[in-house]
Amino acid sequence: MDLTSLTIHGLSEKLKNRETTSVEATKAFLKRIEEVEPKVRAFITVTAGEALKSAGEADKRIAKGEGITPLTGVPIAVKDIFCTKDIRTTCASKILEGFIPPYDSTVVRKLKEAGAVILGKNNMDEFAMGSSTENSAFSPTYNPWALDRVPGGSSGGSAASVAASECVASIGTDTGGSIRQPASCCGVVGLKPTYGRVSRFGMIAFASSLDQAGPFTKDTTDAAIMLNAMAGHDPSDSTSIKAEVPDYRTFLTGEVKGLKVGIPKEYFIEGMDKEVEASVREALEVLKKAGAALVPVTLPHTEYAVGVYYLVATAEASSNLARYDGVKYGLRVDETGSLLDMYKKTRDEGFGGEVKRRIMLGTYSLSAGYYDAYYKKASEVRTLIKNDFDEAFKSCDIIATPTAPTAAFKLGERVEDPLTMYLSDIFTISCNLAGIPGISLPCGFTKEGLPVGLQLLGRTLDEGTVLKTAYAYESATEWHTRRPKI
Amino acid sequence: MSITKKDVLHVADLARLALTEKEIDLYTGQLQRILSYVEKLSELDTSGVAPTTTTVPPETAFREDRVTPSLAQEDALRNAPLSEKGCFKVPKIIE
Amino acid sequence: MKYEAVIGLEVHAQLLTDSKLFCGCSTRFGSEPNTQVCQICLGMPGVLPVLNKKAVEFAVKMSLAVNCRINPRSIFARKNYFYPDLPKGYQVSQYTEPLSEHGHLEIDIDGGRKRIGITRIHMEEDAGKLLHGEGIEDSNFSFVDLNRTGVPLIEIVSEPDMRTSDEAVAYLKALRDILVYLRICDGNMEEGSFRCDANVSVRLMGAEKLGTKAELKNMNSFKYVKEAIDYEIQRQIDLVENGEKVVQETRLFDASKGITASMRSKEEAHDYRYFPEPDLLPLNVGAKLVDQARETLPELPEAKRARFITDYAIPPYDAGVLTATRELADYYEEVVKATGEPKVSSNWVMGELLRLLKEDGKDVGDCALKPSAIADLIGMIKKGAISGKMAKEVFEEMYKTGKPPAGIVKARGITQISDESELAGVIDRVLEANPESVDRYRSGKVQLFGFFVGETMKATKGQANPQAVNKILKEKLAG
Repeated sequence: MDLTSLTIHGLSEKLKNRETTSVEATKAFLKRIEEVEPKVRAFITVTAGEALKSAGEADKRIAKGEGITPLTGVPIAVKDIFCTKDIRTTCASKILEGFIPPYDSTVVRKLKEAGAVILGKNNMDEFAMGSSTENSAFSPTYNPWALDRVPGGSSGGSAASVAASECVASIGTDTGGSIRQPASCCGVVGLKPTYGRVSRFGMIAFASSLDQAGPFTKDTTDAAIMLNAMAGHDPSDSTSIKAEVPDYRTFLTGEVKGLKVGIPKEYFIEGMDKEVEASVREALEVLKKAGAALVPVTLPHTEYAVGVYYLVATAEASSNLARYDGVKYGLRVDETGSLLDMYKKTRDEGFGGEVKRRIMLGTYSLSAGYYDAYYKKASEVRTLIKNDFDEAFKSCDIIATPTAPTAAFKLGERVEDPLTMYLSDIFTISCNLAGIPGISLPCGFTKEGLPVGLQLLGRTLDEGTVLKTAYAYESATEWHTRRPKI
Repeated sequence: MSITKKDVLHVADLARLALTEKEIDLYTGQLQRILSYVEKLSELDTSGVAPTTTTVPPETAFREDRVTPSLAQEDALRNAPLSEKGCFKVPKIIE
Repeated sequence: MKYEAVIGLEVHAQLLTDSKLFCGCSTRFGSEPNTQVCQICLGMPGVLPVLNKKAVEFAVKMSLAVNCRINPRSIFARKNYFYPDLPKGYQVSQYTEPLSEHGHLEIDIDGGRKRIGITRIHMEEDAGKLLHGEGIEDSNFSFVDLNRTGVPLIEIVSEPDMRTSDEAVAYLKALRDILVYLRICDGNMEEGSFRCDANVSVRLMGAEKLGTKAELKNMNSFKYVKEAIDYEIQRQIDLVENGEKVVQETRLFDASKGITASMRSKEEAHDYRYFPEPDLLPLNVGAKLVDQARETLPELPEAKRARFITDYAIPPYDAGVLTATRELADYYEEVVKATGEPKVSSNWVMGELLRLLKEDGKDVGDCALKPSAIADLIGMIKKGAISGKMAKEVFEEMYKTGKPPAGIVKARGITQISDESELAGVIDRVLEANPESVDRYRSGKVQLFGFFVGETMKATKGQANPQAVNKILKEKLAG
């Protein structure tokens, strides 16, 4: 039996029934990592020793039958944006060279407490800035479905590692689509919860008002299990929402009769990939067949979302990334003995091209004379975008759209053209601006065999309906069971 | 709005980035293109629209005034590129 | 005077919370470098701030004390700039929407009162400290201690309402007294827990338009504030007189030379790129918090001083001295409560006690002598149980030992004999022993009165109450 092909609930069942052990499963995944990593490069750091140690502890817990959760003994991977105590955390940047956090991010702590085994740290776009994972200071990640294609980004390593069965599940972050778009590219489930649902403490900030952590899994049940463990108010995060966390598995009924699924016309645009559109339209029919009602809705300010996003996110980022200055941790380049030169050289050498470009854009949009025209204006338009969703949700319970306008593109195809790259996020960005939850799940394949993603967006804190709808769709289809051959 | 090479240099200075001549040219062009794209926002009349800077309910989070353990000095300095005498060591600051 | 100066002050006051503004590290002063830091105040990647409630309560108290209007919603903003003492590369402060606005306080100046407007009070975090290398091997480096990073501050910005350095100092002192009264700041200028920057400009008397201002920094005592402002006013007047222009700039006060000097103006102008801090939600100061703060607001120096003058009928000067600190005022009031003698109590507290405390460099809080003991002493003097002169000696011993006066008087054997029947007996014996002198006195040689007093004192080893002796002698000699 190949343990690496299992879902969380599948493996958990086997662990509970003593059909296998966490150590055995962990070893199987470490072996799988060794085999496929040269091709996929989904990890920056593999923590085999620590993983086996915590697997051993999980096995003891299981043997005693104490404090077992559905994640106890389950090997997962963590995007290298989450601080991990005593384990190097790079954010895929040269500027964090040698940085070893003396603390765990809240999400990692919660997953550890639930008994999950952490196999290592996933590759990503540097500081989560990118849509292709080509902006890693270490290496690009390759799409397990087609190694000449990108896995999406910025959480490309997390998505690819699940797709390539290098871990049962993983966690990533989503600022403008960085979970959903790579999930779509890699044919896995990627969930971005409501902003504030999951703690951001210890998660390296890109754009503080948009960043949110979420899981990559092989199916919707696993996504619910992961969210159960990750969600909840954190007193260390002032933006974390004080709201009860339901057991998300209770929403997985398969029942969507009478559910109103909003179809926004702005998300079915000219120029989008025909195969993608066909798959998504077919998915909508599946939901309809299951008893849901499809209702047209409108999100009229969608065309402004990319602009708003690139002003707001870069402004916040330009400030969030000021702390990387060669003083307290990470890289320092000091050639002349002048403080100013040290700052400038360190940051010039430490940051990659995309990060510098965004710092420049963000600094510009906040600088004297431009604040009103850019940052402030964008924040106002953000209100209009948020209002669009409030309005749309008056006539529907959930919104269904394609996750991305195209399937995974080729490596190098868009690196020269930042704006085109930014437009890959056109369907995922509004969700972050409005702070609402969203999921991407596999809904078909192109002729070339590339996965296509269906995106479902829910009301604030209504991850339940998002998961319910996703589960109903998943129950009626088999796309989520397909695995790439590597 | 058009962005000049001089603007790019000024912004790079504010952001403490030592850009090469090549980077400056590249960014001038790219930022120009991105800014022309976001120009689109000015089509919208947002007078009277309050800005959104966060999407969570505006309930202030407080902590009680309680002292919690700090890091040991050596742990605080462990990640520093250069430290001495219990301090982070930086190139001399000239006022 | 051809010119007038226009002065506005920006005061930074460190709040006396136990922990920092956004993390649980201690705010204690003077610890080993970088021992009161954690991932949050070090600005490590991914960390987030959580606001200290007490700091907000303190800031609200100060706002109320200086009549500011509290904004129900204020916004924390990031002030972005690079400096090694600023670990995150931005300072969390408040900018367009501060905690409170539109306040004022009154100062005493030239025998009158003057109202100084307070533009705003906002909350922010302090930066760390830079230490500069001493040895030659260190001369190319600076050393960064981040213990102070994140200590809560309030910045109190005045209107440009002051015209002289004396007004500025009076305003500063009033502000500091209030902060100390509220027990929210220790007001220590030398340690930097109470800091002041001054914006100074000059204009022709009667002119409406403000002149170009210079911002003065680095004045860590009231004396230096005065010196720096006076120097700066004269410097600007000289410039204008010579037809030169005042440059808008920051100038540092050099205490050793008594001058202000331009900080080398940086190549780029400041552009702090303020924007709302996305890691903190808007600060909603609820009515409950404000009401609680208002209820716990103590009587403030000005009100207390006025009450002392009316209720105790003591001179304004006494009232000013006695209300200098809340502790001293409370101490004085305890003495008055026990004696019912406001002026006499004031004389002892203000005269003797403060003199002795000053000699020792102590505060009333450090003093072993209890107010009740001073009241006892005053009672003994009133009863004539001790002479005023001896009381001073007794007081010194009370101060040193903390013992009540009765025991000291007894141990020293210096109780005054005021009992009239006892004294009458002594005097009878003195008169009997000197019949001739009695006769001579009665026949007109009244100068002999002193002789009888002397004999009586001799007989009582000096313990007789002189007033009582005089009275009895006069009666007896009158025969």
